[in-house]
Amino acid sequence: MDLNILWFILITVLFIGFFLLEGFDYGVGILLPFLGKNDTERRLVINTIGPVWDGNEVWMLTAGGAIFAAFPNWYATMFSGFYLALFLILAALIVRGVAFEFRSKDRNPLWRNSWDWAIFAGSAIPALLWGVALTNLLQGLPVNARMEYAGSFWDLLSPYTLVGGLTSLWLFLLHGSTFLALKADEPVAGRAGKIAGKTGMIGLPVMLLYIVLSFVRTDLLAKTGAGVVMIASFAALAAVVFTLRRSLWGRAFAANGLTILLSTVAVFWGLFPRVIVSSLDPAWSLTIYNASSSPYTLKVMTIVALTLVPVVLLYQGWTYWVFRKRVTAKDLYY
Amino acid sequence: MNELILARWQFGITTVYHFLFVPLTLGLSVLVALMEINFVRTGKEIYKQMAKFWGKLFLINFAMGVVTGIVQEFQFGMNWSGYSRFVGDIFGAPLAVEALAAFFIESTFIGIWVFGWDRLSPKMHAAAICLVAFAANLSAFWILVANSFMQSPVGYAVRNGRAEMTDFFALLQNPHVWYQFPHTVLSGFTTAAFFIMGISAYHLIRKKNPDFFRRSFRLGVIFGTISLLLVMGIGHLQGQYLSKTQPMKMAAAEALWESADPAPFAAVALINEEKQTNTVSIEIPKLLSFLTYNTFDGEVKGMKELQKGYEAQYGPGNYIPPVIPVFWSFRLMVGAGGIMLLLALFGLYSWKEGKLENRSGYLKVMLWAIALPYIANTTGWLMTEIGRQPWIVQGLQKVEAGVSPTVSAGEVLATLIGFTLLYGVLAAADIYLLKKYAQAGPEGTILERHSGTSLKEESLWI
Ligand code: HDD
Ligand code: HEM
Ligand code: HEM
Repeated sequence: MDLNILWFILITVLFIGFFLLEGFDYGVGILLPFLGKNDTERRLVINTIGPVWDGNEVWMLTAGGAIFAAFPNWYATMFSGFYLALFLILAALIVRGVAFEFRSKDRNPLWRNSWDWAIFAGSAIPALLWGVALTNLLQGLPVNARMEYAGSFWDLLSPYTLVGGLTSLWLFLLHGSTFLALKADEPVAGRAGKIAGKTGMIGLPVMLLYIVLSFVRTDLLAKTGAGVVMIASFAALAAVVFTLRRSLWGRAFAANGLTILLSTVAVFWGLFPRVIVSSLDPAWSLTIYNASSSPYTLKVMTIVALTLVPVVLLYQGWTYWVFRKRVTAKDLYY
Repeated sequence: MNELILARWQFGITTVYHFLFVPLTLGLSVLVALMEINFVRTGKEIYKQMAKFWGKLFLINFAMGVVTGIVQEFQFGMNWSGYSRFVGDIFGAPLAVEALAAFFIESTFIGIWVFGWDRLSPKMHAAAICLVAFAANLSAFWILVANSFMQSPVGYAVRNGRAEMTDFFALLQNPHVWYQFPHTVLSGFTTAAFFIMGISAYHLIRKKNPDFFRRSFRLGVIFGTISLLLVMGIGHLQGQYLSKTQPMKMAAAEALWESADPAPFAAVALINEEKQTNTVSIEIPKLLSFLTYNTFDGEVKGMKELQKGYEAQYGPGNYIPPVIPVFWSFRLMVGAGGIMLLLALFGLYSWKEGKLENRSGYLKVMLWAIALPYIANTTGWLMTEIGRQPWIVQGLQKVEAGVSPTVSAGEVLATLIGFTLLYGVLAAADIYLLKKYAQAGPEGTILERHSGTSLKEESLWI
């Protein structure tokens, strides 16, 4: 297999890791002000992700770094093109990150409440915008012959891309609520379970709309495999709803993880071998060949990535094992 | 204002801001790790309290370092797409390795450390903070490999209209990084040492927890003195190295317009950049030659001659960086370093004499001296980066070619204002918390507990 393809796959894997892990962080963050009815409950909610959220976020940073290293033109076009959208994501991640650390360091209720809403906004905005961003890559951007983005911020928003954003938002919400049902103590877990059920029901039509629009608005169907995977992700979502009805939280969480995995695979498969589709002229699309680094750099990076990624998986896995127990109010020692 | 200027301001502001938090992370992680290792080895409760108290301050600072770092990761693509296309083949690699090799360890084990006090054995728990300290300093290495390439490109060939990597190991062996990395890491150690000394001094004046803060101060003053001596020694060698690889930067740092043999050292100068001369300057004869070559003669080239050489090599253009900021930032850095060394030596002496706590004047100064390493760090980077102008990659690409062509000035201005406001608010919250917990002293990390709960270790987070 040539290294350009390998790197495309690796970046897909990094995005999957990012969505699977940071996905429930985002969901938990969005639910925080609603599920935590008092301060103890809110701290409990935050502490379910406390030990892991930063490690999860590094999946996104690594995906960004990997795109820069393996496909510099992709990195340059995408982030200068998504300029204001990326600024919003960054601003959101900034307030969210400090909010986790700062909110409990002062007793003032106004202080705590403000940071809680910062966590909410800081989680909701990227959860929505990453969906918009990926949908844009697939749908096509006004990219000119010099690989430069020739549109404006508003060109990134269309009904289709917004549905893409809603889909990711919804999947992450579902991911976060089932995670809380698994990890938090009562009464938070019970509330989270109820929300998960409702989110799942609404998620089905949202996702269906997204799939239909993807088939209409992009050339995804040209690849049978990608289309099949896309439909399979819908089936996985149906399984989530089914397991949620029986309160099988563990299975629901796994099934939702599968939904996220399959839909990400479908989008990247649909893109392949392009990385950004040009809506102006298909010949101007960025591909894994014209956007890539030199063979030498790809080789070096392949060696580095193939040695380090398994190690990362090992110790991150170990962390989840150390913190495997449900988080209870007693854990707050307070 | 045009997009280029705004983009440069944005890069300058966000990066300097990131680097306000970085040095303390580099140094304090190591010091907290040392404290906890001491606890594991001796079993003395006080070392654990130290690790927790300084660890809490570390975490507040760390959070700011993390979130401002996220911006760094993406802003090369946002504002500098021309640059990213040109050097991505080389520059992206260390950035990706930094994330894979360092950030993952750092962020995963910090979670373990914060939440794992009663879930891991003391040894494992100490290992977690050691890994954090290791990874933080490793991340500095990788990012400086990237930065060193911009200062002295190695291991590349210009092909297909861009710089392509030809030798990964040449990047790692770049002499530039082997000056820059120790200098930067040790300046981080210095920063943490002064931070600890300053806050300990504050408490020693008030005679609160004298044993706790005496020990902390001692750790700080020993660690600080050693680090400072090394920073200054390496800085000196670094300057000599730069006078060979980036002579223009060093000539600007000395405001040396005309070549001279032997060259004098200008302690202070009133610089007129337009007329390319110094209106007034106080000079020490021969000293610059000595600093450059370790002997009292030898020609040091001035900016005018270097300019001619560059014109011959690269075509017409202005190759002289903004002299005033480079000259003064160099002096501020070195000056701050000198004052810090005096303060550290005096602290060491007072400590040995056992008179530290009687010298309240000195202790008061030490609280304010926390600012000194921050001044040196910032001006050090300003000198490094502004001295490289007009190049974004020395000799290969000029800054104006690096900026994103399709991003408008309005967009950059909007995000510039956005980042500045956001960073301002966060700075206020950060300083408020640091002050609160620094003043509270070690009890602050224990007190928040309600009565009646078990004596389990509490997490440092909640
Ligand atoms: C000499 C050291 C140094 C320098 C020059 C830089 N950084 Fe930095 N960076 C660190 C040393 C560091 C650190 C000490 O490792 C930090 C600070 C706090 C932290 O968590 O890690 C960090 C954090 C940090 C993070 C967040 C990591 C996380 O989530 O855990 C990112 C993405 C970056 N940095 C990226 C950059 C980029 C792209 C830079 C170049 C412009 C840069 N840093 C300059
Ligand atoms: C963290 C410490 C750093 C500080 C404080 C710093 C500071 C600065 C400053 C003040 C400028 C603006 C110079 C000018 O416009 O005249 C600048 C430019 C630049 N620096 Fe750094 N820098 C740091 C590290 C880095 C690193 C590690 C890299 C690369 C990996 C880097 C890449 C750049 C680039 C691309 C520019 C070009 C933009 C410009 O020239 O304005 N810097 N930096
Ligand atoms: C006699 C004392 C010192 C000398 C001679 C010295 C020398 C230098 C030189 C020549 C540079 C420019 C390197 C470049 O352009 O690549 C530099 C950069 C820098 N200095 Fe210093 N320095 C001294 C003290 C200090 C102190 C005390 C600190 C902080 C505590 C410090 C922090 C920095 C930093 C953060 C940089 C930017 C990173 C780098 O380029 O290495 N320096 N120093």
